[in-house]
Amino acid sequence: MLEKALSGSKLYYTLVLGLLALIGIGFLFYLNQLNVGLGVTGMNRDVTWGFYIAQFTFLVGVAASAVMLVLPYYLHDYKEFGKMTVLGEFLAVSAVLMCLLFIIVDLGQPQRLLNVLLYPSPQSVLFWDMIVLNGYLFLNIIIGWNVLSAEKEGVPPEFWLKPLIYLSIPFAVSIHTVTAFLYSGLPGRGFWLTAVLAPKFLASAFAAGPAFLILLSFILRKFTNFDVGQKPIQTLAKIVCYATIASLFLFFCEIFVTFYSQIPEHMDHKIYLFFGLDGKSALVPWMWTSVLVLMTAAVLLVIPAGRKNEYVLGLACIFVFFGSWIDKGLGLISGGFIPNPLHEVNEYIPTVPEVMVSIGVYAIGFLVLTLLFKVVVGVKEEVKG
Amino acid sequence: MENSRRRFLKIAGYSIIGVGAGSLLVGISPKRITAAPDAPPRYKDRPEALKAARWGMVIDTRKITSRINRNMQQVCHKIHNVPDFVGKLGAKNHEIKWIWPTPFKNAFIEQDAQFVSDHLKRTEIPVLCNHCNNPPCVRVCPTRATFKRESDGLVLMDFHRCIGCRFCMAGCPYGARSFNYRDPRDSGALTEIEENFTLRTKGVVEKCNFCAERLARGEAPACVEASNGALVFGDLEDPDSEIRKLLAENYAITRKAELGTNPSVFYII
Repeated sequence: MLEKALSGSKLYYTLVLGLLALIGIGFLFYLNQLNVGLGVTGMNRDVTWGFYIAQFTFLVGVAASAVMLVLPYYLHDYKEFGKMTVLGEFLAVSAVLMCLLFIIVDLGQPQRLLNVLLYPSPQSVLFWDMIVLNGYLFLNIIIGWNVLSAEKEGVPPEFWLKPLIYLSIPFAVSIHTVTAFLYSGLPGRGFWLTAVLAPKFLASAFAAGPAFLILLSFILRKFTNFDVGQKPIQTLAKIVCYATIASLFLFFCEIFVTFYSQIPEHMDHKIYLFFGLDGKSALVPWMWTSVLVLMTAAVLLVIPAGRKNEYVLGLACIFVFFGSWIDKGLGLISGGFIPNPLHEVNEYIPTVPEVMVSIGVYAIGFLVLTLLFKVVVGVKEEVKG
Repeated sequence: MENSRRRFLKIAGYSIIGVGAGSLLVGISPKRITAAPDAPPRYKDRPEALKAARWGMVIDTRKITSRINRNMQQVCHKIHNVPDFVGKLGAKNHEIKWIWPTPFKNAFIEQDAQFVSDHLKRTEIPVLCNHCNNPPCVRVCPTRATFKRESDGLVLMDFHRCIGCRFCMAGCPYGARSFNYRDPRDSGALTEIEENFTLRTKGVVEKCNFCAERLARGEAPACVEASNGALVFGDLEDPDSEIRKLLAENYAITRKAELGTNPSVFYII
């Protein structure tokens, strides 16, 4: 099946070469970081996790969203998702791959990575995150690839895939829950110390991930012969709509608890993010943009006429994706570290090398996504004959 | 062709399950999570080594002066090869500190510091690792590179095991930990090297170790010696120790007691 990824149009080759070039540039910046140390990033003594860990957190959500296709299709026999499910699974593969790479580029001593296996420490949430992320990655590779090859051969999928598929559903929930537990179980970090962190992560994941899938299906339809059809897109649009509303609702719950109780250790992080603290306010415009675009998207999607218009739907999906990216990819991690435990405000702004390494990791993810989707499109075309 | 690929995927699947189950089994084996080295101790303590069931410190803030603060930090950072990124390179982001003076309102953010004594308003007080009895940094470490020593409750680090994930820095509610964003030797932030203490590489976390290396030689922590009597060190479990007498005679508080970390550093206000 892999041979389908080896031949394609000029546009396809240009895309692949472009991504390879970005990977190369990112890799050079990473070598420099490896040589000099994480000092090339904008991280400091207070904000000890930055852009890398934030991207990891956001992409875990994108990866988890495959379950929004798998669950209706396999548990409720919702046939409309049949054509799309493998897209969701392969998106999960590339997203989890990026997650793992973002963790690795964030390590101070990456060559000691295997110490995590050598001295397994189940009391650390990171240990469990490693297990669920790797588990979810391999589950999706095995399931997606085997279901697709069965489709190619015109035979029903292998019987042993079923339990793996069912297993992948709790795994999808667990990757984002465990990732939220990395943060929400820390004493003295008031911004993260909330039981709604995991549900909020899941809600925004089930909004941003399917929104991205809708956009990807539009792109596939424009540049290939592969059209998933109207109905699954509309169902996904409803999922995006209610997941966005749910995540906004949980956000307002947090805002209420924080600002009505008026406990400073919980309030100050949100004050920093939305109004600035001690004259430091780098994230203020971003955070308001995030809330604004997410609310706009919720309104656009909840109105049936808006959802059914593909231009409006596309715009709303861009809003949801971008708004969630700001929320998790910029605000969530810095916001938890500012102010620091001694209530001092030291801001964090990512540096150019940091962003270049991140672009490199994203390029690896998109390259894998491109190759896998190319295989999917090839197989679907062949089957259609 | 198709068949061999399928077989490969199958084998790959089984081996993943195998590795996963294996690491789980290792993970739940009844080893104490507090001890870092997995091998039995091969070295005996020196006869002069200072020992305690649980080391603790009392800081009498009434006796603290800015000169004492300065002396304590200087000697601590010198004997522990702590690089001076701020003073020598002006790199505030890469600052490394084990003990440092800070205003009362920052050390005790949970206290309403508006109406504290004039002395506390004027003088900064020293903060350092609290060597918590229930340390969150140890709980979150994915390699047990930071661990609580069972024999005396010190929270220590294995600089050669640390992978630099900085989970402990997020876990510590006191900001006691620092990260080596750069190699301290290459950058010129460390000029005099103390041969009796380990050097760190880039990419690992470090913090106060209550002078474990000095205790092993029978010496009190360097900051205590430099404190002019403002800092008292001793066994919290020994009712006859000087530190326990001080705590019995004075009302002392710990930082962020509400978090349940159970610090071993007490402050007499």
